[in-house]
Amino acid sequence: MLLIRKFEYAAKDLFAKATIIGALHLYVGEEAVAVGAISNLGPDDYVTSTHRGHGHLIARGVDVKSMMAELYGKETGLCKGKGGSMHMADMRLHIFAQPIVGGGTPLAVGSGIASKLSGNGSVTLSFFGDGAANQGSTHESMNLAAIWKLPVIFICENNQYAESTKASYSIAGGSVARRAAAYGIPGEVVDGMDVLAVHAAVQKCVERAKRGDGPSVLECLTYRFEGHDEGDNWDTYRTKDEVDKWKKRDPILNFSQYLSTVGITASEIEAVNAEVEKTVNEAIKFAENSAPTNKEEAFRDVFADTLE
Amino acid sequence: MLQQTKKRHSAMSSQTLSNKSTQTKNREITYREAIGEALQQEMSRDKRVFLMGEDLGVFYGGGSFGVTPKKMFLDKFGAERVRDTPISESAYIGAGVMAAVAGYRPVAELMFSDFFGVCMDQIANQGAMLRYMFGGQATIPLVVRTAYGAGMSFGATHSQTLYSVFAHIPGIKVVAPSTPYDAKGLLIASIRDGNIVVFFEHKALYAYKGGIVPEEQYEIPLGKADVKKEGKDLTIVALGRMTHLSLEAATQLEKEGINAEVIDPRTIVPLDKETILHSVKKTSRLIIVDEDYLNCGFASEVAAIVSDEAFGFIDAPIKRIANPNIPIPYAKHLEETVLPSVDKIVATSKELAKF
Repeated sequence: MLLIRKFEYAAKDLFAKATIIGALHLYVGEEAVAVGAISNLGPDDYVTSTHRGHGHLIARGVDVKSMMAELYGKETGLCKGKGGSMHMADMRLHIFAQPIVGGGTPLAVGSGIASKLSGNGSVTLSFFGDGAANQGSTHESMNLAAIWKLPVIFICENNQYAESTKASYSIAGGSVARRAAAYGIPGEVVDGMDVLAVHAAVQKCVERAKRGDGPSVLECLTYRFEGHDEGDNWDTYRTKDEVDKWKKRDPILNFSQYLSTVGITASEIEAVNAEVEKTVNEAIKFAENSAPTNKEEAFRDVFADTLE
Repeated sequence: MLQQTKKRHSAMSSQTLSNKSTQTKNREITYREAIGEALQQEMSRDKRVFLMGEDLGVFYGGGSFGVTPKKMFLDKFGAERVRDTPISESAYIGAGVMAAVAGYRPVAELMFSDFFGVCMDQIANQGAMLRYMFGGQATIPLVVRTAYGAGMSFGATHSQTLYSVFAHIPGIKVVAPSTPYDAKGLLIASIRDGNIVVFFEHKALYAYKGGIVPEEQYEIPLGKADVKKEGKDLTIVALGRMTHLSLEAATQLEKEGINAEVIDPRTIVPLDKETILHSVKKTSRLIIVDEDYLNCGFASEVAAIVSDEAFGFIDAPIKRIANPNIPIPYAKHLEETVLPSVDKIVATSKELAKF
């Protein structure tokens, strides 16, 4: 969680200096969801991520040097500088981001089919937001995963806003989790600011999927501490009081407090902090020292050359 | 008119194609059967191949156009590999994209190409682009089979062609066979290809027989045009059902002393430019017959390529015969009015012959 937080704030600074460009959707405030969920996975499992994907990739263990280099558009970037913030992927770890809202849930059905056909016991976590909860593709995908009993866990990161549109306004019935009942699958609401609660809830869903009982829906209630993207004037649609109220429930603060109750000392936590700081600084150095991607690379990878 | 076209051209097509299948016994099967046979053989050969689509399995004929009969598919391969889907094109075509990324070789059926609007995100933003935007980290061997084209009085939303829409987007291969022989070989090549391929099956050709189709598996490489008829005075480029209309027009033109060459590119992406350019350099005249809409379409693309790369060889304006951007009407006579026809091809050819 700390690594995600520091990576995101480093990206924010670099974006402000125009060192990195394009669109940047920060995951700050939602770290407990990615970490709690993905910490349940093994190497064969799949993750489909979103436009706000850095947190999922870091939680999956993707190399932050390659992630930073991708933001810099360098040849050492995860996608050789052709994806950028919104299309980061590390297929060795079976994780990728795609930024079409509602675009990832159908893909999760596909890895679910692959898991079922191969019988290797793998599962797919499909992250989507409260905005995607209102996309038809999400409902088609839940229905399809349910009738085929696929090992897919649909994880809604309800951060209360689809850009500026309030979830309380846009979600008829007031709950994403309750919609699961329509597909005859479990749907649960979880405190998305509590990493242990998310971990436990996802664990149950993963076990169910591995038993062959099919998909589930988890709605993690969370909050982004920053704007929808950098440059978003979030104070036009959120009050300072509301933001402050959620910041008091900061998942990192929460978990630090929990750790102190189980005997982890402040200096141990500080040591992790320092380590993370170093990792992010090294990532920035790595990105700065890498060469820009060769222009010829722009013409590669449109089609796969090889047959079979 | 279509029935007549079929009868008149079965002999010619057989002649054209017979030399390609000398090792096998003579056998004519329909375009529908050729596609079904390709699917069945690939499913038997490669366990990674599976099917998804609406009414594919238990529906009496197997799919709305009877390509995958129950006895030959569902009963033989089972419900895990012949997946009847709900009417959820976005979900199951997206699932096809990701199952392909995960190492399978799905063949998803989009019942009518006109339905592209309900699944285009998964085809255009996901299937077409994951590989590129991930820097080559994903391979997507997915085939989307789809029925297209007019001639059946299905009206504006069930008669369109639309292959140009897909060809416009980088990362998608686009195939549109005109004969049973081509359909089988191109579908096998499409399934074995490492990319998303949208495979256009002309709905008015499903019952068409013409030409020998070998029983064994064979591939026709994507990006290789076929000269359906050789000629020296004029080049006609046409795909799918338009190939048959063009051949019929060519027969009529022979009687008037005009010797037309008919080229079927068979695939729009990749496009076999060389065969087209070679022909135009010989004939100096070009007509493209395209069932799709005229604006920004396949015909315009071919015209632009020839203008760019064979400008000095052209003696007459390049002509495009296509649907002039009119929704396809229901009534037979109105439908025929907006579509390319043998008469239109003959008239345009005669006009060009004057140059």
